[in-house]
Amino acid sequence: MAAAAIAIARIRNLFAVAMLTSLYSLLSACMFMVMDAVDVAMTEASVGAGITTVLLLAALALTRSREQPVSRARTVRALLVTGLTGAALLYATLDMPHFNQPDTPVHQHPLRAHYLETSVDEIGVPNVVTSVLASYRGYDTLGEVTVVFTAGIAVIMLLGARRRRR
Amino acid sequence: MADNPLLRVVAKALIPMIMLFALYVQFHGDFGPGGGFQAGVIFAAGVVLYALVMGLDAARAAVPSWAVRLAVSGGVLLYGGTGIACMFLGGALLDYDVLAHDPLHGQHYGILLVEAGVGLTVAGAMIGIFFVFAGRGRLRSPPPSEEAP
Repeated sequence: MAAAAIAIARIRNLFAVAMLTSLYSLLSACMFMVMDAVDVAMTEASVGAGITTVLLLAALALTRSREQPVSRARTVRALLVTGLTGAALLYATLDMPHFNQPDTPVHQHPLRAHYLETSVDEIGVPNVVTSVLASYRGYDTLGEVTVVFTAGIAVIMLLGARRRRR
Repeated sequence: MADNPLLRVVAKALIPMIMLFALYVQFHGDFGPGGGFQAGVIFAAGVVLYALVMGLDAARAAVPSWAVRLAVSGGVLLYGGTGIACMFLGGALLDYDVLAHDPLHGQHYGILLVEAGVGLTVAGAMIGIFFVFAGRGRLRSPPPSEEAP
């Protein structure tokens, strides 16, 4: 993944960059799969590696396929900013619990046990992810659907202006 | 691209499978991974593949723009409507227990309906975004210089 990311930053040919972003998404999906987050992996594979790549290519068809060279000073400044941000994020992850530790708040919260143990009796759905998303957290999902709806409608309105005015 | 026989044959074999898999993910989300969001994206991917191989006009003929708009808004309406229906039946918003005599069945119906709403909206949004992106290149007409009424 790191190799793909570095290549994305270095390569000027935008078609290759689009392909590499797709590859990066696929690798992320594999990583989620290894961590047993099946639903997330599925979303990442379909959205990140599939649809996003096609949209990138569609956008590429409208522009030139080579990046403009940027000045050296701008590159250094950008590198500084991203380096600082990355360092801050890395520092923040030091506070996160280690992967697979059993004594984290997520694993000790009583609600977790409630969801995992009683959701089958309350909702009757074997997949706890689905019952949490669609029933316990129905409000949140409604909000997410509204976000998708708003984004879709906005893009269709901005780009798909049918020329009705004659 | 539309005159490449190899691509056409492979796509014709693949697209029904993709659509079927999307429906499977949609309705099997209770038992396995997946749900409305993933199913909507997979369904949209099938339509996008069709548009890439057969050409945009064929895809637009197969999925007219009114259908896309209907899916995008209808999905949210279905989701919200399920919530409102729960309120009318005496529960809280999106409290599916009241949808059937048995709370378990009510939960099943509710989850089925809202997942269908999610799938519709996501599929419609993805297809619509792809269509306007792809249709953008062919509308290379000068911008309308008349003033907006």
